[in-house]
Amino acid sequence: MTTFDPYAPSRDTTEGKVFSVTGGDWDALVQEIGATKEERVVVNMGPQHPSTHGVLRLVLELEGETITEVRCGIGYLHTGIEKNMEYRSWTQGTTFVTRMDYLSPLHNETAYCLAVEKLLGITNDVPERATVIRVMMMELNRISSHMVALGTGALELGAMGPMFFAFRDRETVLEIFEMITGLRMNMAYIRPGGVAQDLPEGALTKIRDGVKLMRKNFKDNATLLIGNSIWMKRTQGIGYLDLAGCTTLGITGPVLRATGMPWDLRKLQPYCGYENYNFDVVTADTCDVYGRFLIRMNELEQSLRIIEQCVDKLEKLEGAPVMVADKKIAWPAQLALGGDGLGNSLDHIRQIMGTSMESLIHHFKLVTEGFHVPAGQAYAAIESPRGELGASVVSDGGTKPYRVHFRDPSFNNLQGTPAMSEGGMVADIVGAVASIDPVMGGVDR
Amino acid sequence: MTSGMFGAQGTGDTSGYGGLVRQASNFGSSERPYGSYFDEVADDLERAYPDFSDAIERVVVDRGELTLHVKREKLVEVAMILRDKLKFEMCMGVSGVHYPDQTGREMHAVYPLLSMSKNQRIRLEVSVPDADAHIPSVVEVWAGNNWHERETYDMFGIIFDGHPGLTRILMPDDWEGHPQRKDYSLGGIAVEYKGATTPPPSERRSYK
Repeated sequence: MTTFDPYAPSRDTTEGKVFSVTGGDWDALVQEIGATKEERVVVNMGPQHPSTHGVLRLVLELEGETITEVRCGIGYLHTGIEKNMEYRSWTQGTTFVTRMDYLSPLHNETAYCLAVEKLLGITNDVPERATVIRVMMMELNRISSHMVALGTGALELGAMGPMFFAFRDRETVLEIFEMITGLRMNMAYIRPGGVAQDLPEGALTKIRDGVKLMRKNFKDNATLLIGNSIWMKRTQGIGYLDLAGCTTLGITGPVLRATGMPWDLRKLQPYCGYENYNFDVVTADTCDVYGRFLIRMNELEQSLRIIEQCVDKLEKLEGAPVMVADKKIAWPAQLALGGDGLGNSLDHIRQIMGTSMESLIHHFKLVTEGFHVPAGQAYAAIESPRGELGASVVSDGGTKPYRVHFRDPSFNNLQGTPAMSEGGMVADIVGAVASIDPVMGGVDR
Repeated sequence: MTSGMFGAQGTGDTSGYGGLVRQASNFGSSERPYGSYFDEVADDLERAYPDFSDAIERVVVDRGELTLHVKREKLVEVAMILRDKLKFEMCMGVSGVHYPDQTGREMHAVYPLLSMSKNQRIRLEVSVPDADAHIPSVVEVWAGNNWHERETYDMFGIIFDGHPGLTRILMPDDWEGHPQRKDYSLGGIAVEYKGATTPPPSERRSYK
């Protein structure tokens, strides 16, 4: 080195010569690197990279095309949700948690609400209709989440067709969400004690039609990918992680089920009445990306089965309450959709403003102050599309959470990346990460 | 003391019960029988671990959940026994909690454990003084706790001794302070809308 080149500099460190590629003359750089004996290259991948499944940063150490070491860099989407919740009421908490893992908002809300209900001691008082709606919404959400996993996973491996089909089918679910909650994501629909509002007219018909349509449509992606020789070559035997690896790394969800372990909290530690539904736990025994892909494909049908059973149940429960009877916890107003959007129903406004001072006081206290939750701590775990989603909630007896911690499955499962990818080819890390299906909003919270 | 919304002072408690300050309570030990499978877990642990009475400070059963309060010196030993003898193969992470009012044990670390073979859950809790916030790492017992301990260090400043690389994970490397401690302000700025100013959440009038 005679002159300093700002575009392809190299410098000597205690570990030897280090090259950093920032642009400039490629030939000159290659010539300089060729002069050294070392073939180890450190490559930074992400956080803004189309194949890292979000703002995930991977630092890869390569020898030729073989990965010798992987380090994950996360935190680019950290928003301090857990801290913020300590300054809002218990009900407002749902608005925050729903934004964590943004592909499964309803699972986040349910995990949080189950923990709050455990603290309140009202787990068994939540009306059946509310519970069935929760299950139905969660299973719809599982479908929309798996659709993103499949679609983007395939896209990251270079297959564009599956993405179109997946997002077309996801749209069916999002339209149902929009009809029921008013929003396509981040709904804050599931609240401590029940759900925000009852199903609108025609919702069940729309869901029945949607299920029929999806069952037909799901075949498109299945025909496109299952048995496709290019897809098999990119996924079979890739990202291997066996049961022992999953156990010690605390990995749950499709990655664990791909080792042949039928571990599904919906079956084994049922919540929200999952023991009353007929469905199968889908497993694979290949421990690889292909197995995880098959599990997600087959779980779609199981979710459709559960949704159909929910619709049958809901038809029988027409008109039943969707919030706990305790007026000191239940949101005072039934929400209604007006010309200017979702808000308190006009009947309720008429009552509190015109007829009952006590109702007005009650409404004001509950909405501004919120309800008190007895002191203590609770942990509620549910099976989210990505594995065990746990909510650790601590109350000091006040109207705001003292501490909320989410054990997000993406955060935990991402630790499996080095075990899955080291020793493999650099192109395969994309498939391995996609098969974990990390959602960075949940990882970083 | 900051002046909050509508000139609220002090705690900003406008609930009509002025001066009522609640604290996260420090539960006493639960009495046997604990109910559910908790007696079995406690018995098995006592049998497998001779130091039980010394290592386990309190056993709390609350809301259908079993919590073993473990002395920090004994944490790794107890964890090993729980994993190998009692089949708690998985640790679902660690969550820090900061109780500034519990003098001498301000920092808590809570470990939810899961046994897949027995389909059981329990919880370990370790509490240490803020001035000496060191807890032995359980990464050698459950490798999956690596990132969880880094997060708890990042957010609470608890130092997990023996961790293979205890660095910040969510906040930038050069960040100062540990954001989820109770003495760390939420921050934020006042927002003006149609002539009225709303203070940031941590300075608003609030209820206890």
